[in-house]
Amino acid sequence: MVDVTNVSKAYKEVKVVDDVSVHIKKGTITSFIGANGAGKSTLLSMVSRLIPKDEGSVLLDGEEITSYDNKELAKRLSVLKQSNNIKVRITVRELVSFGRFPYSQGKLKKEDEKLIDEAIEYMQLEDFEGRFLDELSGGQKQRAYIAMVIAQDTEYILLDEPLNNLDMKHSKQIMKALRRMVDDLGKTVVIVIHDINFASCYSDHIVALKDGKCVYEGHPEEMITNNVLREVYDMEFNVCNIDGNRICVFFT
Amino acid sequence: MGYNKKMIILLSLSVASVLLFVFWDVGGEWDYVLPRRLEKVAAITMTGAAIATSTVIFQTITNNRILTPSLIGFDSLYVLLQTAIVFLFGGGTLVMMNSHFHFLLSVGLMVVFALLLFLFIFKKEGKNIYFLLLIGIILGTFFSSISEFLQVLIDPNEFLVVQDKMFASFNNANTELLLVGGVLLLAATLYLFRYVKYLDVISLGQEEAVNLGVNYDAVVKRLLGVIAVYVSVATALVGPITFLGLIVANVAHEVFRTYRHKYLIPGAIFVSIFSLLIGQWFVEHVFTFSTTISVIVNFIGGIYFIYLLVKENDVW
Ligand SMILES: Nc1ncnc2c1ncn2[C@@H]1O[C@H](COP(=O)(O)OP(=O)(O)O)[C@@H](O)[C@H]1O
Ligand SMILES: [Mg+2]
Repeated sequence: MVDVTNVSKAYKEVKVVDDVSVHIKKGTITSFIGANGAGKSTLLSMVSRLIPKDEGSVLLDGEEITSYDNKELAKRLSVLKQSNNIKVRITVRELVSFGRFPYSQGKLKKEDEKLIDEAIEYMQLEDFEGRFLDELSGGQKQRAYIAMVIAQDTEYILLDEPLNNLDMKHSKQIMKALRRMVDDLGKTVVIVIHDINFASCYSDHIVALKDGKCVYEGHPEEMITNNVLREVYDMEFNVCNIDGNRICVFFT
Repeated sequence: MGYNKKMIILLSLSVASVLLFVFWDVGGEWDYVLPRRLEKVAAITMTGAAIATSTVIFQTITNNRILTPSLIGFDSLYVLLQTAIVFLFGGGTLVMMNSHFHFLLSVGLMVVFALLLFLFIFKKEGKNIYFLLLIGIILGTFFSSISEFLQVLIDPNEFLVVQDKMFASFNNANTELLLVGGVLLLAATLYLFRYVKYLDVISLGQEEAVNLGVNYDAVVKRLLGVIAVYVSVATALVGPITFLGLIVANVAHEVFRTYRHKYLIPGAIFVSIFSLLIGQWFVEHVFTFSTTISVIVNFIGGIYFIYLLVKENDVW
């Protein structure tokens, strides 16, 4: 369980995250939605201690995230940023192996190798595992990064726009994989996501941010409605019920 | 070609350069020539290894392949300190000063200033390398200007003492200093061993390192401390060789094309020792001491630096 309480962050006096409180339950998928610049990435980075917060607290299972031991925390919580640009020359398998660093400290054991194999399989990267990262397409790269997070095998997984660069098939595959990790392995997933239909079909909880504030949060049933979405995005939506899923139409 | 094979080739080249340097044209006077040459080999090995290791680590931390400690103002800082010592205490003092004392004073001051310099530069958020380079150039110019100003005030005879310190030279390596320097380098290396496992992770970038459980700020500060000791000892021992680190770190990256420091660091060390020994051999046997090693290294390194700046793409 992650308790985010009254968290704020300002850049040059401008509050980009303003007094946000969110409660993230164990064993759920929580989606952060909102327009560009709403503060989703900043919030996620504070929750995952990648950037310091100005005010408020983030408690992971009751303890402030910044007071955890670094190594122990890396075994419990992993985070993938929105844009990753690793400059070193590295193969997919080597990248995924880094996910084991919190456990192996650089010396891979048999069980590390096994988890690396599994993560590569999970993201269907077997054919690319020997390829260098800079020789891959954007979507293949993104899957390699996600595989690294999977190899890290943490209870909490925070992903900033994991569907970036992915085609429909792989987007669906990753959302299904996340769902499985939550349902079968009891993991807790937090994602920032722009495709509200994916958010609608796969999340247990949706948090809507606007201008740094949490404007709405709730179950997809309550969130994916014409009124809520209009307020969050300042545009018209037409939410339909298709095969039992709430799908938004907003293309024309 | 495998990593190990490449490493063996580099190792063999360094050993061959040692043999060439030690045994070439000894003449009859083995007792006189050999110990002196071995001392130089020791000085060159220590300096070469220290500069290679510190540059590789520095570039890993800054995530770039163009900046080196020398290039962000460290070398001009060294000249400034030497000038300041002469200015304050007089050239006579510098010459007369117990060489151990002078050495430790230089190293101590430089470690302190290097740490301040590094921390100042690293506190800036968003470490854009062109910005860092710019700061480095400005600081370098600033230090040089103060040095020049002080040099004008110094007695011309005393100025010669400073000038002697401004160019790297292995021509008068000092055995006693080698021992002290060696001990300092060894201590720094032992300390470094506790942190080498983090280097590969740090090369992925700050956020990845934090995600993977590295106490990033603490580890980077310690690594910068080790770098400060390495460059200070190397520079105090022989003087500034500005472009050496740039050349050897980049050659190691080109040869191994990997992020793994267990190959990059030894590789850079071997390249460094090889280039210094061959360079010094040229100084002694081809140029018959009419130039110094730093002139040669900086000539080649300067051209390489321009080449790197021109072709700079962000592929490592
Ligand atoms: N390092 C930074 N410095 C200054 N402003 C920033 C920084 N990071 C983000 N911002 C600003 O904060 C706001 C929120 O950004 P972000 O959290 O990335 O939004 P998003 O919801 O699209 O992920 C934006 O207006 C952005 O310009
Ligand atoms: Mg974002």
